[in-house]
Parts: sequence; C-alpha cells; structure tokens
Amino acid sequence: MAQDGADRMIVMRDVHKWFGEFHVLRGITLEVARGQKVVVCGPSGSGKSTMIRCINGLEDYQRGEIVVDGIPLDGDVKHLDAIRREVGMVFQQFNLFPHLTVMENLILAPMHVKHMPRREAEELAMFFLERVRIPEQAHKYPGQLSGGQQQRVAIARALCMRPKIMLFDEPTSALDPEMVKEVLDVMIELAEEGMTMVVVTHEMGFARQVADFICFMDQGEIVEMAPPAEFFSRPRSERTRLFLSQILH
Amino acid sequence: MAVRSESPREIPRPPVSERIGPLAWLKHNLFSTWYNTLLTFLVLWLLWVTLVPFVEWAVVNATLAGTSKADCPADGACWALVRVRFHQYLFGLYPVEERWRVLLAFALLVAGMVPLFLPRMPRRILYAIVLILVYPPVAYLLFAGGRFGLVPVETANWGGLFLTLVIAGVGITTSLPLGILLALGRRSSMPVVRALSVAFIELVRGVPLVTILFMASVMLPLFLPPGVTIDKLLRALVGVSLFSSAYMAEVVRGGLQAIPKGQYEAAMALGLSYWQMMRLVILPQALRLVIPGIVNTFIGLFKDTSLVTIIGLYDLLGMAKLITTDPAWLGRAAESYLFAAFGFWIFCFGMSRYSMYVERVLAAGRERD
Repeated sequence: MAQDGADRMIVMRDVHKWFGEFHVLRGITLEVARGQKVVVCGPSGSGKSTMIRCINGLEDYQRGEIVVDGIPLDGDVKHLDAIRREVGMVFQQFNLFPHLTVMENLILAPMHVKHMPRREAEELAMFFLERVRIPEQAHKYPGQLSGGQQQRVAIARALCMRPKIMLFDEPTSALDPEMVKEVLDVMIELAEEGMTMVVVTHEMGFARQVADFICFMDQGEIVEMAPPAEFFSRPRSERTRLFLSQILH
Repeated sequence: MAVRSESPREIPRPPVSERIGPLAWLKHNLFSTWYNTLLTFLVLWLLWVTLVPFVEWAVVNATLAGTSKADCPADGACWALVRVRFHQYLFGLYPVEERWRVLLAFALLVAGMVPLFLPRMPRRILYAIVLILVYPPVAYLLFAGGRFGLVPVETANWGGLFLTLVIAGVGITTSLPLGILLALGRRSSMPVVRALSVAFIELVRGVPLVTILFMASVMLPLFLPPGVTIDKLLRALVGVSLFSSAYMAEVVRGGLQAIPKGQYEAAMALGLSYWQMMRLVILPQALRLVIPGIVNTFIGLFKDTSLVTIIGLYDLLGMAKLITTDPAWLGRAAESYLFAAFGFWIFCFGMSRYSMYVERVLAAGRERD
C-alpha cells in the first residue's frame, strides 16, 4: 500500500454508489501507489466493473472521495478532463471505432486531444503497434482483425495517450481461449515496465504473476486485499475461500 | 480496397439447364404453372388496355409542332405547349434577358461541387463547409441582383424548376445540420436543451407543412411591427427548413440510438470532448446507418416544395398550373402536369440512385465487419 502522498496514484475513500435503489458500491476504500498492479476479482454483480469505471469518471458516485494523481474527481469538468488524459482504459468489448482503420483509431486522441501533428502521432502509433506485435495491421479496419488482435489494438490505442495509469475491465473475457495469452503477454510486459495498473479479471495465473495485491470484492464491498501468495494460500474470509474454490479447479 | 483482391471469389453460376435460350426462360418464369400462365395473360391484358392508349396519346398521335391548341390533334398529346413554354417551366417569370444569371449560378455550383467528388481530395469536410458558407451569398447576389450593376429581380418573379431547386437546396442544406443539432439536443443530458428540442420536434411534426406555410405568410406579418416586411420567399424557406429539420432530427436520432454505448465510453475514456466524440466517432457511424432515411427525407422535402404554390409562389408545379390557365392552351392541363411530374421524378430518382451508390461505396470501404 502507498505510504507518502506524492506516490499515491489512485485514492478511493469510502466510495458509495447507488443505481436507483440498488446500493452497488458500499464504501470502497482503496489506495494504489505509482507502479503498483492491483488485480480485482469477485463474483459477477459484485461491483468490480462499476468500481473501476468510477476511477475515470465513466460512472459517477454519490458519496466518498476519489483522487487520481492528486486531482480530485469532484464533478469539476476540468478535473475530469485532466484525469482522463492520465488514465487509459481497455474494455471487455474492445470498443474500437469500426469506421476508422487501426492507425486512425490510434492517432485520433493524440491529434485531437493533445493536438499532436499527424506525422508525430503516426510514429507514436507505429511504436505502440510494434509493442503489441501487430504493426502489419495498421491499415486494416477493426472488423478485419481477430478478437485478440483487436484487444491488442485497444491497448495500443490507450497507450498512445501516454497514460500514467491503465485500467483493464475484464480484457480477456470476450476472447476465444486461444487468444487470451497474446493479450495477457502484452499486459505482463506493460506491468514489467512499471505501469500503474488496475485489472478486473478472473485470470488467476496473471494475478499470481503480476499483481502486487489482489482485491476480492463481493456485494459492493472489498472483502479482502492481500499479496497473491497470501491471498491464494491463506485467504482470511470465508467468502474469499468459497470464491477461490469455485474458480480454481 | 486493395485487400479485396487477395481473395478472388467465384461468382456462382446457375446450372447449364437454366441458362438455355429465351424460350426456356419464358416457360420457367411466366408459364410454369396454370395460375402463373393465367396471371401472365391478365397482366398482358391490363398493359394492353392502359399502356397502349397512353402511348398512342403521348407518342403516336402527339405533336411537338405548333404555337397554340389549334395546332394540336384532338386525340393526341400537345407537347407543343411544353416546347413553347419550356423556359417558363425552368425559370418562371424571371426576366428573359437576365436568365444567364441563374444559369451562371448553377454552373458555379456544379463547378464548386466537383472537388467534393474527387477521390483523393484533402480536407474535404472543410471545403464543403466553406462552400456552404460562401456559395449562398454569391448565388443570392446573382439571383436577386441590385448590386454590381445587376438589375434587381424580385423574388416574386422567381419561379419554375429554378425556384423548386432554390427551396429544395436551401431546405436540404439547412435541415441536415439543424436536424443533427435537434437530435443531439433531444438526447442531451441538459434538461432545458432536451425539453426545447422535444417541444420543437413534436410541435412541428404535429402540423402539416401547409399550416406552417400559411402561418408564415398570413400570421407572421400580423406580429411584425408596421412597415417591417419579410420577403415571402424567405418566409417559405424558413418554414420548409424548420419543417424538414424536425423530420431529419428523428431520422438522425434513430442512427444515434443504434450506436453501442461502448463507443461513447471509449471516446470519453480517451479524453475526447463531447463535440469531438460526436464529430469524430458517433456521427460518422450514425449518419452512415441512416443514409436511406436521410435521402427519404430529402426526397419528401423536394416534393413538398410544391406546396409553396399555396402562398402564391410559382415553383415547377405552380408554373405548370399557371400555364394551363393561358387561353391559348385551354384544355391542355394533362400535358402540363405530366411534364411537371416528370421534372420532379427526374430529380427524386437521381437522389435515390445517388444514395444507393454512396451506400455501396461506404460498404466496400469496410467489408467483413
């Protein structure tokens, strides 16, 4: 966990959220330090996705406090814009823009949000396409790529904004099994380079290998938070034990 | 795209037995069963009793020569009427010696639009916006005159196909942007914007265009201070534009609703502003989806322009009607109306074909998704 203030990239304090009557987040408190990797897991409907989507303001919250890299997420539009420039996000359904080529998907935000010249944006895009190992697909449309390739493009697209934090919302859940590894490999490399990451996933192998700590959520609460070794071998809560017994066969 | 040449596909051909000769085709398609045979003969009979007399009237017995109804055969169409008055169908009562101005303005428009259709045109959108901003004042100057030594021509004398194209052109170029804004307004999270958009759309869609045109020509002057007049044509233009923008808004809204939520979220997560998200991500996809609906609205708008006759403007249909009142051609209304109908059809059919072409081109750009 984070110690001094300057290194705390994400701070959530007692965050509550309701969808109508449904109390979906019940007092989330979480701190992520620079360079830390947090894997969030839990049964469906436990609020994992909602929690991660609060960090870049895709969902609002009704109570508590969220501060990202020192910027409070408090309803101020300027703050929201500043946070979104620093936080990249990868979605379960990739959400690439189907009417644009891979290259155009990648240079869109650098050119229009950061006002980067086209040539510079294209060089940056090629750099990240090589990193995710699909430079040869630059001029295809997303619909012409496999799921694994699309998700790697989506990761490259987020990286083109040079984010300080990357959020992954079940990045491999919509993929065919044989494509999961190519996406996880890219994520592992990213983690090894020191990116601050919050990853919602059920890939426990990935969690074991990469996570600094694992955060288990159930019914809108963080039930247990521990380094992987401890989390898998000595889970403290009964709910964690039950969950682990269901997903680890 | 070049990608397509990688996978040449065999076009499946029908088996040999189905490809032999017109007789086999006839038997297979028209006389395959006893009731198909019956239907074939019924249709042939219907064509015989309708089409044959029409062709006799419109072509065989018709005349193009002559200068009045006295020169026309009793049992044939009198296209001489159309020949003699052709320029009025095109220009209405626009002064004969000034008509070059109208032709010049349309030539300028065609020339100005050529770059939009070049395949490798850089900054196409920007050029289109400049064209939309620059062309109307130039065209208005040429049409109305009054400056640079051009003789003034009152809008009351504008007419015929020329007036139809002016109203339809203005209606089309204003209703699409206005419709997009209204559609975005209707889906806005700001309550006031949303309420105003909904109110406008539902109000305008709830009344016939004729009512709006009447309101514009009869009611509006009552509310203006004495001495202030607004040109009759301008009032009609505003009425037609607002009317079609309400319909356009609903077409565009249909497209917006078809875009998955993930597209909005990905755009927001990348830091795009609301307008950037709409302009770069959402609208290009949404508008592409509703091209048939947009063109449908354009075609409706083009034909609705004929309603301006009611407030005393002589568009193509108005001119056709006016010409039938000329004593020299009395009793030759059918020819005049048929010709006007043909004029409308040419343009509407053209728009329809063009939209099909655009859809095909866009579909080819992103196959396999």
